[in-house]
Amino acid sequence: MTAIPFPAPPADSAEVVALRAEFRAFLDEQLKDRTPRQRSDNWYGYDRGFSRAMGQAGYLGMTWPKQYGGHERSAFERAVIVEECLAAGAPVGAHWIADRQSGPSILKFGTEAQKQAFLPRIAAGELSFGIGMSEPDSGSDLAATRTKAVKDGDVYRVTGTKVWTSFAHEADYVILFCRTSGTPADRHVGTSQLLIDLKNTPGLTIKPIIDLAGQHHFNEMHFEDAVVPADMLLGEEGQGWDQVMSELAFERSGPERFLSSIELMVQLIEVLKGRDSDAAQITVGRVTARLAVLRRLSRSVAGMLQEHQNANLQAAIVKDVGALFEQALPDIARELIDCEPDPRAAGAYASVLANIVHNSPSWSLRGGTREILRGIIARGLGTR
Amino acid sequence: MLAEMITRLFERSLDDAAQAAAREGQWLPALWAEVEEMGLPLALLTEDQGGFGLSFAEAGEALRLLGSHAMPLPVAETMAANQLFAAAGLALAEGPAGIARADDLTLSNGRLTGTVARVAWGEQLDCLALAVGDKLYRVPRAGWTIAAAGTSANFHPRPTLAIDWTVDAEAALPWCPLASGATVRAFQIAGALEAALDMTLSHTATRVQFGKPLQKNQVVQHELAKLAGELACATAAADLAGEALARHDVLGVAAGTLRAREAATAGAAIATQMHGAIGFTREHRLHLYTTALWTWRDEFGGQVSWAKLLGSAALAAGGPGYWPMVTAL
Repeated sequence: MTAIPFPAPPADSAEVVALRAEFRAFLDEQLKDRTPRQRSDNWYGYDRGFSRAMGQAGYLGMTWPKQYGGHERSAFERAVIVEECLAAGAPVGAHWIADRQSGPSILKFGTEAQKQAFLPRIAAGELSFGIGMSEPDSGSDLAATRTKAVKDGDVYRVTGTKVWTSFAHEADYVILFCRTSGTPADRHVGTSQLLIDLKNTPGLTIKPIIDLAGQHHFNEMHFEDAVVPADMLLGEEGQGWDQVMSELAFERSGPERFLSSIELMVQLIEVLKGRDSDAAQITVGRVTARLAVLRRLSRSVAGMLQEHQNANLQAAIVKDVGALFEQALPDIARELIDCEPDPRAAGAYASVLANIVHNSPSWSLRGGTREILRGIIARGLGTR
Repeated sequence: MLAEMITRLFERSLDDAAQAAAREGQWLPALWAEVEEMGLPLALLTEDQGGFGLSFAEAGEALRLLGSHAMPLPVAETMAANQLFAAAGLALAEGPAGIARADDLTLSNGRLTGTVARVAWGEQLDCLALAVGDKLYRVPRAGWTIAAAGTSANFHPRPTLAIDWTVDAEAALPWCPLASGATVRAFQIAGALEAALDMTLSHTATRVQFGKPLQKNQVVQHELAKLAGELACATAAADLAGEALARHDVLGVAAGTLRAREAATAGAAIATQMHGAIGFTREHRLHLYTTALWTWRDEFGGQVSWAKLLGSAALAAGGPGYWPMVTAL
């Protein structure tokens, strides 16, 4: 039989149960003034103050060694923090990328000096990261990357353009995926990762890309002979592809892959309260079943990552099925409640619906398109 | 080890001729005797209860194997009935058993009467684990006659039983038999989807059209990926239901069974489509699995009933209470 193991996640320990209760109380206090519309921004809400509060309370860098400002807790304890943030609509954007993938990459591949320079500040909620992977001619086909970094004494000179970098206009650093030798025809050979200081790199300009909702999350980063200190190389020169693939496993299986539209579900239930029809009960029941099972799959992958197992196939499945779920919610809601989406409405439901309608198309694009993920799954099944 | 024994037994004794006989409503006494000899009816019991004390994962694998071999006999039902009998302190079944809930039966002067609809292989059973209200009854075969015939979507008997029985074996109901039935069916669905994915991978690797195997087409690969996603969801859903049943949490069972049922629907459709016309015939074994999936997804409470149960609980929790409810499932 074709087994795709999703090992059972362990039952919540007493520590996990206590952590969840403690953290829910923390979020209640932190988010008491946050409106439903703001909560519906989910993981793309950006608030440095909230991230600093998370760091000060010890909720960032959960699994990292204490010597780098971490808290040496389990992947499941971190998963509790992450899913509770998303479910509550906390503005996690200022620490999201750093805590999820940049920090773990630095911990895994960085020099001692890099670990000491970056990790404690990420764990404190003070350092915000973006992702520097996609290019105008290299989206899904990441190995076609053109951005070039040429070693020149004790610096790299970087030339090229990166796109879709969320919060590059706000963040402090990105990890840049680039080519340190050869040409795009060499594919993944000759690629490397550099830590780029967004606030202090001569030759780097950042321009907004406004999304269809009129919001400014994305940016284009243009490097023109930009100067980057050579000690900002992450890991080994030429090993960029393997490093970036390891980074993607962290990016693909988390609860953000099915909780992006959860605020719509919360508001839908509020609207249905007291006038729930059979159709409403049936629909909400089926949605809830899907959500519970996705959550279990995601926790299963967290367990695999904790045990350092290769979970690339499982992570791709979670993201594929998860995106279908979170993208289906607006239409499920539309079948139960007549409401015109209004991005500027004062009322909770119409504004949340508009925000989710506008943003949901991106959820099967970012972090690997649906088509790329299905290719990964098909390869895992042995078909190519 | 149990899994290997089950696999060997089914590969040896559950061939196409046996499946064809079962489709005609013929009981398979030799196969059942082997199932009993292996002790499968006791597979969900603890060692204290006279079982093997299988781990949760081992028991789940045994149940999935019933699905991945399209077992036509009521082995899963007998396992679930014995688990209920043992928990309630009633005698175990001495042959195949059924599980059912029927709240409209009449109890008068110690005599239980009324009908129980669509019990798998009802004529051939040794006894029935029957819930009425908050009681569990162990109804022996002499306690019913066949009131009406019925047939499942995979052509196995589902007769309606006319119960007329002087109660001599009752206990407090430990949990609802429908929750047990829905849970074992979730595991069977996951097993059947494993088999369906295997067959679909094999068919699309060997079937050549336009000069290349079907699965070299990207559109076919993407359908296979979707089928793998449904299998993953069904497997996790069965585990979710199984864990919930162990703590008598009916909402968790509802979540698990509902998602497994959805996976049965979506998975059977993809597998059939990827097989082309041959998947629509009895010449190819895929039909054993698709018709089983179309059977199991509607048994032990329908999709609508389970969805209303879970949905009304979610609506009662309200917006702020929704997520805490989900994390408790």
